[in-house]
Formats: sequence, structure tokens, C-alpha cells
Amino acid sequence: MPTNVVQIVVFAILTLMTLGGGLGVVSSRNLFHGALFLVLSFAGVVGYYVLLDAGFLAAVQLLIYIGAIAILILFAIMLSRGLMSQRQSQRNEQWWIALLVVVLTFVVLAVVLWQVDWPVASDQALASPSVAISQLGQELLGPYVIPFEVASVLLLVALVGAVILARETET
Amino acid sequence: MDAIVLWLTSLFPQMAVPTARLIVHIVYAAILSFVAPVVLVVAFTYMERKVIARIQDRVGPNRAGPLGMLQGFADAIKMLTKEDITPAGADRIVYNLAPGLAVIGVVLVFAVLPVAPGVIGTDLSIGILYVVAVGGIGTMAVLMAGWSSNNKYALLSAFRVVAQLVAYEIPMVIAIIIVVLTAGSMRMGDIIAAQNVPFLFTLPVAFFIFFVANIAEIGRSPFDLLEAESEIIAGFHVEYSGMKFAFFFIGEYMHLFVSAGIATTLFLGGWRGPGASEASILGALLGFVYFLAKTVLLIFAMMWVRGTFPRFRIDHLLDFGWKFLVPVGLLTLVAVALVLKLPFLSSPVLQWVGLLVANVAVIVVALAAVSLAARRTRSVALRSVAGAER
Amino acid sequence: MIPLYWWLVVAAALFCIGLYGVLSRKNAIGVLMGIELMLNAVNVNLVAFWRYVTPQTLTGQVFAIFVITVAAAEAAVGLAIIIAAYRRRDTVIVDELDIMRW
Repeated sequence: MPTNVVQIVVFAILTLMTLGGGLGVVSSRNLFHGALFLVLSFAGVVGYYVLLDAGFLAAVQLLIYIGAIAILILFAIMLSRGLMSQRQSQRNEQWWIALLVVVLTFVVLAVVLWQVDWPVASDQALASPSVAISQLGQELLGPYVIPFEVASVLLLVALVGAVILARETET
Repeated sequence: MDAIVLWLTSLFPQMAVPTARLIVHIVYAAILSFVAPVVLVVAFTYMERKVIARIQDRVGPNRAGPLGMLQGFADAIKMLTKEDITPAGADRIVYNLAPGLAVIGVVLVFAVLPVAPGVIGTDLSIGILYVVAVGGIGTMAVLMAGWSSNNKYALLSAFRVVAQLVAYEIPMVIAIIIVVLTAGSMRMGDIIAAQNVPFLFTLPVAFFIFFVANIAEIGRSPFDLLEAESEIIAGFHVEYSGMKFAFFFIGEYMHLFVSAGIATTLFLGGWRGPGASEASILGALLGFVYFLAKTVLLIFAMMWVRGTFPRFRIDHLLDFGWKFLVPVGLLTLVAVALVLKLPFLSSPVLQWVGLLVANVAVIVVALAAVSLAARRTRSVALRSVAGAER
Repeated sequence: MIPLYWWLVVAAALFCIGLYGVLSRKNAIGVLMGIELMLNAVNVNLVAFWRYVTPQTLTGQVFAIFVITVAAAEAAVGLAIIIAAYRRRDTVIVDELDIMRW
């Protein structure tokens, strides 16, 4: 099964990118490097979406996470430049407790996820996922129209809020 | 492309179709990523220098080779032999990664650029969205270059780039949405197929917005604030030399070609023209010629703009993007959506006329609003001057 | 095909890495990056479930889009708050932004 092997290899590489990038984000001392690791991690997730036949989401992930959020974060890091040059520890005192909690959480999650018998769809259904973007649009403006509208209002509020918060003039 | 696959399999009967397809795609990708950059950069630097020279009443390069045509190669050799410098205090990994990313971000767009009938890397169903998404990589490269150079001018330039690219990405996306709405698909093939009348003639406002935003996205004059020599030296790549500088240079000229190609596909009907078809090799070649001619025409227009307009000031640039292009784009989007849904415009011809009328109406409204605003600011300014005199 | 369990474990690992970032970072921007990682992990989960459990309906993708929307809004407002705090207090260390405590 050569396609399966290819899939597994690609999955392994992407996992290395995603999780390695994630570890870089939380462990690098230089925050700018952390943000670049974040981009690496996002890029791995883009690959995941392609592997999962969600092409539209892959493009959206690239556009929003890498093209907008990561760049915004890099921008914010550059604006608060005084903190970047500090070579002191970027971790707070409770980091080892956090590490303990996180490792425990992961172990519990992994065990629980293993024990659940997931209702995976039939092979026939798995072989032919619906990937048409037009259907996605129909879903968004059909059954999910109210969340869709709420999301647009949320974006508007966030836009106005961000502008007001970041305004230079004191009111 | 399918024709070539067919031809290959007829040439080597024992070859399977998927193998032939794979070979064709690998060869195509190799051409796009190794041959195209060199050809494009040499051709367009020569063209640009000649065109700008003519606009400025000069002759331009005329020493190397006949009519100076070998100037590009001479420059390339000079570039290759230069010393490779990494400034002290630079972030070495990020610094060396940035030029590569700058080129990769552009090369990726080639994958969905239909250069001739049937010749396209892969006709994704999200084609044009992919183009927009991949554009973010270039921004990232600029930011990385500016930050890692450990140079305040480079960093300032990177700040400007982000502000400019983010500001002009929005009108560009709005213009693309207008096209997608009219064509009813994001697939490049469908967009070309929908243009029985090129969208330039039915959606002139969208074309104008896309064209202007495109110039800003490439960072060419009059939007070349990111490398305004008089203000921030050479911009984000001030510390780069030799081959690494050449990468940014290659990226810039390929971006010029790619974005003109995308504009051709979206608004000028791509490879369409009399006699161009997927059926025969001759038709495909004819389509390629049409595509190239339209693209070069657009590139010439961009060079013309560069030669004749003075550089924007940064606040004017942002104002123009946010306060003019975005509102006009949104207005056009609503108008076009309305026209497309009008019941009595059922025949295609009526719909084209309706779209054109809507666009002209938008132009009239926009110009009226601009002149009103200009008059108001002028009267305020006059009043304050009069007040000062009194 | 890759078993569903692998996707879920990877998403869980990414979530936990993000959680560690949120809990252990001093810098507010670092905390925000951790949150972004966690949201990404959730999205991977949603899309994986869509692909393996209900590939015929697009519910998973729709919800992933909502998560991305919320993440974008959150990043914009969060960074605006951080920049505003940096302007006023000259710090983005979370422990030092404690004026609400008294």
C-alpha cells in the first residue's frame, strides 16, 4: 500500500513541524523566535488540513493564522521591543507545576481517547467525503445562519474594540 | 497538459498514464521554478529599464550586447561574484531564511496560474483564495528580513511593509470577491470560462481597485515606501548582498509577472482570444501568446505608472487604501450583487450592461464624494487661514 | 488511512503544549501564542472528526471556521489590550499587570 506509506510519512513530517513548532513557541527565550516557531506550527496544521481533504480550511488557515494572526503577533513583539532584548527567564515561578499538570492532562487524555470506541463512518463514506465549497456555503447560510451572523457581529465588535483600545489619544 | 500526457503515452506505450502525468508535472514545475525566474528577471529588468528610460527621455542600457540586451546577464554575473555578508548581531538563521521564503511565496502562486489552455499546475477549486493565502508568506519574509538584519532602517521598513500590505490586501480581496461573485466560482478555469466579455469591460471599478492594490502589494512606485531611498535607505534588504539580495530581486520581478498574470486571468480573460483552444497544440500555443501579450501589456502599464507618478507619503498611502479603495470596493460589491440578482436582467447581454451601469454609477458616486470631501477640507483650510489673518 | 486515534493524540499534545505556554509564560504575548496553539488543536480535532465520523455533512468544517473567526477576533483584541497596557504601564509581564487586584 504505497499511498498509505506516503500518508504516514507526510503525517510524521507534519507532526514534527506542528509539535516541534509548538515546543519552540513555549520554550524559546527570544519571543520573536517563538513567534516564528508559531508560524511553523501553523504551517504544519495547514498540511494536516490538506491531508484531511479540507482544502478550503487549509487556505483559510494559511490566510488567517499565518497571513494575519502571526504577522500581528510579530508586529506586537516588535512594538514592545524593550522586552525582547531581556535575556532573563521567560518562565514564571510556577512553571514546574504547570508542566506537571500538563503532562498529567496529556496522559489522561491519551488514555481516555484510546478507550473510547469512536463511531467511525463506513469505509464507503470515508472514501467519498463531501468537499464542495458550495456545500460549505449552503451550510453556513442555511442551518448555521445565526452563528454565522453572530460571528460577523463578533468580528465587527472586535474591530471597533481593537481600534478604541489601541488609540493613542487619551480620552 | 493532457495532450502532452497523451502524446507521451503514445510515444512510450509501456508507460502508464499516472506516471506520464507525474513526469509532465515534474517537468512543468522544474521549468517554473528554475527557468522561469531567470528568464523573467532578465527580460523584465531589461524592459523596465528601457521603458523608464524612454519616459525620462534617456536611452537606457545600450552597452552589453545588441541594444543592451545582455545587461541582465551582466548584472546576474556581478551579483553572483559579490561578497556574501552577514551583519554582526544579525539573527543568522532567520536572516538566511528570509530571501528563500521571499521567492517561495511567489513561486507557489505559479501552481494555479493558467498560462495557456489546459496548462495549469493544478486547477484547485479554491484557486484564487489560494493565491491570496500564499501572499502572506511574502509578507512574512519581509518581516523576517527586516527584523533579523539588526538594522533600524531595515526594521522601520518592515513596519511600513506590514502596514501597507495589510491595508492593501483588503481592497484586493474585495475586488477578487467581486470577480468570484460574477463568475460564480473560485476555480481559475471557471473564471476564465465565465469571461465571454472580459471582466475589464463589465467590472472596470473592480479592475481599477485590483490594479492599484496590486501595485501596492508588489511595492512598486508610487507605493514603494518600503524602499524609499530618501527616507529609509534601501528598505528591508539594506543589509543583504550578493546572492541573497538577488533572491529578493528575483522575488520582486517574479511577483510582478505573477500578479500581472493573475490580473490577466481575472479581468482580461486569461488566455482567451480568437483561435485559442485546448484541442490542438497550435491553439494552446496561440493561447499562451495571448496570455503573454496581455500580461506584458499590464506590466507595461505598471511601468508607465511608475515612471509618471510621484511617491505617496505614508499617511496619504494609508488614507487612500482605507478611506477610498475599501469603501468604493464595498459599494461596488453590493451593487454587483444586486445587479446579479435582479430578475429582469436574465439574458447575459442585459446582465453585462447592468454590471457596467452599476460600475459607472459607483464611479460617479465615488468621485462626487471625493470632490465633496476635498471642497470641505479646502474650505476649512481657507477659513483657518482667514482666521489667522484677521 | 491514518487511524483517527493518531489525529486525536496529536491534537491533544498540541493542546497540552499550548496550555503549558499559557500557564508558564511571563510575557502576555507568549500567553496569547499559547492560546492560539490551543485553538489550533481544537480545530485539528474538529476537522479530524468531520473527516472520520461525518464525512458526508460539513458540520465539522463549519465549526472550524467559527473557531478561526473567534481566534482572529481574540488575537486582534488581545494584542490591542497588550499594546495599550504596554503604553500605559511600560510592561507586558502578566504578573506586573496587577492593578485590578486592589
